[in-house]
Amino acid sequence: MTTELLRTPLYDWHLEQGARMVDFAGWSMPVQYDSIVAEHLATRERATVFDVSHMGRLRFDGPGSGPFLDRLLTRRVLDLQAGRIRYALVANPDGGILDDVLVYHQQTPSGTDYHMLVVNAGNRNKIVQWIQSHLQASDEVEMSDRTEETAMLAVQGPRAVELVNPLIDADVSSLAYYQCKTTKQMGKICLVSRTGYTGEDGVELIVRREDAQLVLDNLCRAGRQFDLLPAGLGARDTLRLEAAMPLYGHELDETINPFEAGLRFAVNFKDAAKQPRSFVGRDALHALAEKPVRTTRVGLLLEGKRAARENYAVFHGETEVGKISSGTFSPTLQRPIAMAYIDATDPTLQETGQLLAVDIRGRQHSAEVTNLPFYSRHP
Amino acid sequence: MKPEELLFAETHEWVHVSKDGDNQIATIGISSFAVEQLTDLVYLELTGTGTMLTPGEEFGEVESVKAVSSLYSPVTGEVVEVNTGLSDQLDTLNADPYDAGWMIKVKLSDDQALSNLMDHTAYQKQCAGEH
Repeated sequence: MTTELLRTPLYDWHLEQGARMVDFAGWSMPVQYDSIVAEHLATRERATVFDVSHMGRLRFDGPGSGPFLDRLLTRRVLDLQAGRIRYALVANPDGGILDDVLVYHQQTPSGTDYHMLVVNAGNRNKIVQWIQSHLQASDEVEMSDRTEETAMLAVQGPRAVELVNPLIDADVSSLAYYQCKTTKQMGKICLVSRTGYTGEDGVELIVRREDAQLVLDNLCRAGRQFDLLPAGLGARDTLRLEAAMPLYGHELDETINPFEAGLRFAVNFKDAAKQPRSFVGRDALHALAEKPVRTTRVGLLLEGKRAARENYAVFHGETEVGKISSGTFSPTLQRPIAMAYIDATDPTLQETGQLLAVDIRGRQHSAEVTNLPFYSRHP
Repeated sequence: MKPEELLFAETHEWVHVSKDGDNQIATIGISSFAVEQLTDLVYLELTGTGTMLTPGEEFGEVESVKAVSSLYSPVTGEVVEVNTGLSDQLDTLNADPYDAGWMIKVKLSDDQALSNLMDHTAYQKQCAGEH
């Protein structure tokens, strides 16, 4: 069975820019325009723009939107102020991770509160169904999937805010990290947030589908003095890997729990008044939180040039102790880096400086356990 | 070498056959299309001299930031020379894939496999279909 790939409103533009398009989670998306390394380094040094319209955008209207999401997410939503964003997980009743999401609390121009979830493209249908299966009329919430009627652009890099600010009615530089605001870009309504998936400062803009090209053109025009480059999914992956941000399907899935993934901060067992709160997966997660983890996510620095790729085996001596979840050649560090899940029952294995080995297509390569992230913009 | 004078494998290796006395020597590399598709090369490994190859057998691997690809022999014979400096000069593959970017030379023990290779025109058609 072949299904038609979804296209973002910027599809034609990507082709005009010479992008190489790939199938990603049912979308035809640019993996790179020219060189992944050039796009990566431009993000670290200046600014790049990514079309991330494939990310799922689900809107929740109604007086019950906050309480409903609070019951569905591992992080508190009830005390999330308007204009703020939080990273959270959607857990199943066994404590497995269904998705990792950003939850936004926003107000319409007339002052009515609503919430939004930005979910992984590959999990969008699953999460929509999950939410529908939990929604009851008494919740006083209406969910609408806005993914295909909107577009999302990420401008990332140390010059990103300086680049975007003059185009936007609101003062983006006054937005703190993980804050958002509904504003206008050259008369077009947009939701701007200080967020991203690159380890750099930057903003993400959600605009109407019909405004996407105009907004992008404005960004590109303003970006000339910053040598703004378009960047694709290839650079997005190497950037997030250096920043040690988990990617669903690699570091996260339904068999991995948040404590193994190093995401303890993303599970709130108590509400703002320090009272126990209830959410889907709470009991299982609470039991897991009390137990030692079986496996844990670590960073590995490899010698040489060969990269450890997903599912390659990790060894300590003769013993297989884990598997690579993501790996690449780091353009910033100029050496191979990887994240791996390794056996946590021997605590020495995860100690910084521990020497392990990765089997790269039949040959063992030395790999040193290192602190995550591999790269941080804050020295 | 001009690409028009070379033979190509479906897996993007090129072959140039020359005479050395009674022997036929196949010089093998990868096409400029392959190099463009790979982009951001970080690593190249080639087999050593003396290796016996048959068509479809790996003679090395080339790795980019995104992925790793095997290099497949289009011919039958023994590796008699390896471009050992190439792995430290990966830019050569971008700049000059058909001359300085050659990878291995194989003394053919059998030239039957050559008839399975494409000429440049047919290869370009294949690339157009993959683009």
